[in-house]
Parts: sequence; C-alpha cells; structure tokens
Amino acid sequence: MASDAKPRVKVPKTAAAGETITIKTLISHKMESGQRKDGDGNLIPRSIINRFTCEFNGELVVDVEMHPAISTNPYFQFDAIVPEAGEFKFTWYDDDGDVYGTTKKIAIG
Amino acid sequence: MKFKAMTAIAAVILTVPMWAAADPDDDNLILNGETEMTTKAAAPAHLADVMDEVMSGWHFRSDETQMMQADDFDNPGMVFVENAMNAWNTAEGSEGKSCADCHGDVADMAGVKPTYPKWNEDAGAVRTLQMQVNACRTERMGADAWKYDGGDAIEMEALLSSVSRGMPVDVAIDGPAQKTWEMGKELYYTRTGQLELSCANCHEDNYGNMIRADHLSQGQINGFPTYRLKNAKLNGVHSRFKGCVRDTRAETYKPGSQEFIALELYVTSRGNGLSVEGPSVRN
Repeated sequence: MASDAKPRVKVPKTAAAGETITIKTLISHKMESGQRKDGDGNLIPRSIINRFTCEFNGELVVDVEMHPAISTNPYFQFDAIVPEAGEFKFTWYDDDGDVYGTTKKIAIG
Repeated sequence: MKFKAMTAIAAVILTVPMWAAADPDDDNLILNGETEMTTKAAAPAHLADVMDEVMSGWHFRSDETQMMQADDFDNPGMVFVENAMNAWNTAEGSEGKSCADCHGDVADMAGVKPTYPKWNEDAGAVRTLQMQVNACRTERMGADAWKYDGGDAIEMEALLSSVSRGMPVDVAIDGPAQKTWEMGKELYYTRTGQLELSCANCHEDNYGNMIRADHLSQGQINGFPTYRLKNAKLNGVHSRFKGCVRDTRAETYKPGSQEFIALELYVTSRGNGLSVEGPSVRN
C-alpha cells in the first residue's frame, strides 16, 4: 500500500565504549488516520505504521506502539548507550503487514 | 473565593508586559555544521529609502524551528527534495528524456535558483523557475506541464533551490526585466481588500511586531519553497502570496498569473544579498 515508505536513519559512525549517542529516525509514510472521508463521503481506510523498534546486537533498545493521531512521516529521536561495536537494526511495521527495515553499523574508536 | 483567585491570576497575566519576542533574534544559521548562511544583509540599493537591513524570516521563528532547518535530516522539506531527485532522473514525455539527460548532475544546477525570476529572451517575458521547468518539460521533453505550485512542480523547485543554498539571491531588476519589476513594486504598495492592506503595511512598516498571535517578518522569500509546520508540506511563493492577499479579504490573483510573477520578481529583489534557504522551515 505504502510503496513510498522509505526509512532514513542517522547514527554516528563511531562512539567511545559506554558513550551515550543520539539516534534520529524518520520514515516517509502518509499515516492515514482512518478518520477522514474522501470527496464522496466514504471513509478512507486507516493505513499507518503501528510499531517501530530498534535493536542493538539483538537487544531491544526501544519498542514504540503507534496510534492514528501521529502525523505524516513519523520522526523518532532517542539516546542509546553503546557498550561495544555492533549493529543497530531498525524496523517499522505497517498496518498492511509490510515491514520496512534498515541497519547501521557503529564502531568503537 | 475561587472566582477571586482566578481574577487575581488573570490580573497577574495582564500586567506581564507584551513579549518583546516578536523582534528578530541574532542567531546564526549554519547549515549541516558547514555552510554559513547570510540571513542578515545590507538592504539592496533600491530599498535604501525604506530600510537599512534585510533579514530572513528565519530570524523571526523559535529556536526549535530554526534548528530544524539547520540540519538536513531534521528538515522535513528534504523528504520532498528526495522525491524530486527521483523525478530528475526519470525519463518522461515523447522525447524519452529526463532532466538529467540534458543537465547532468543536479549539483551542477547550483547558481540557477538565485537568479530567478529572470528575463527569457526567446519568450520575451520574465519567467519564474517553475515556468522554466515547465518550458523544459513541454518543449524539450514532450511532457505535460506541471500545475503551478502543484506537488511535482514545488518539489522540483525545492530540489533546484537546495543545491544553491548559501548562495546570495541575485535577481536582475534592470534591462528588459525592469517593466515587470515596476509592476511588482506597484502591486507591493497597492492596498487590497476590505482591510485595505498592502504588502508594505505589514512587512515593511510593521515587521518585528505581532499580527495577532504570530510574528510579522519582512516577508522575504529567499527561503521558498517553504515547509510549513501548519500544513506539513512545501508551500510555493505564489500560494503564499495568495494566502496573504486573501487575508486582506480581497479576491486574489492566481498562482502563475502575471501579477504574481511580477510580485515574485519584486519581492525576491528585496532580498538580494540574502542566502538562498529553500527548502526552509517556518510555522
């Protein structure tokens, strides 16, 4: 449904061990609330991203449940402690069952 | 008792002086931590009689909004720029050509946006950037023209603007463009609507003051196309003009009309010297 969904993530390339880093994420998505009506008065079906997760080396960093009041192109910014080199895995879950993902590696240095 | 307490609170609120925060601030805009932007500049010569300094609307926004524009990842307008990047490389029309086939890398288009609107010799008229894009589409690509200030057109304008960010606005107001410029100036100072307001009444006489709950800027358009938080999309300058004229309770001109082309040239020239900022972020 949402073929235009495109994830974007900003993670520093390197960090000191134990450092707190800021991660920014954005996914382009229309986030149709399911409350609106089209020109003929018919309800436009809901189509949103309903869950967003971030994992680091398999360990859950954040797990966000989303509801219809979130506006288009949802943006999340959060902090994470980096104990070791590894990989962040970001996953967005669409109402229509689609799953969008991206990964970012981070080195210690 | 409760009533008395409430009126006391109301009295306290009323005695707080009007916020001086409507004044522009002195922050510096540095794009992505590297490109220093000129957001305040000496007024161009043709404005010498009315003001000393021109400043970008960026100075009239809150710190949070200002910061959104300072980083491409945080700037929601860049999502639309990416869309246009796809369009740039997509062949369309009967000639089977894309923008990139003639123009190459979009980064090579740096320096184009600051000079528009601009006189076009072949057309014998002043053209805005959107008109030039449409001329390319219909004459060279054999594709349909985009709707003025429509989604596709505004995204393409934002893309072309984004590669020129940091370069000073520099539109020509003399030579063949002068007649159009004069027309734009006339419109700028002409009062319209039931409220009988001209552009100058707000943006020249009263910038730095509040207009109801919002800050009045100088109405500079170096930041267009603008991502507005109020409607979560890119806004074209003609659509913005339309909104302003409508707010004077007048019948408005149409986006793409001769009047708005002239006004765009004139208002752009008032910002000669400021950096191109589009896509900027505003309320």
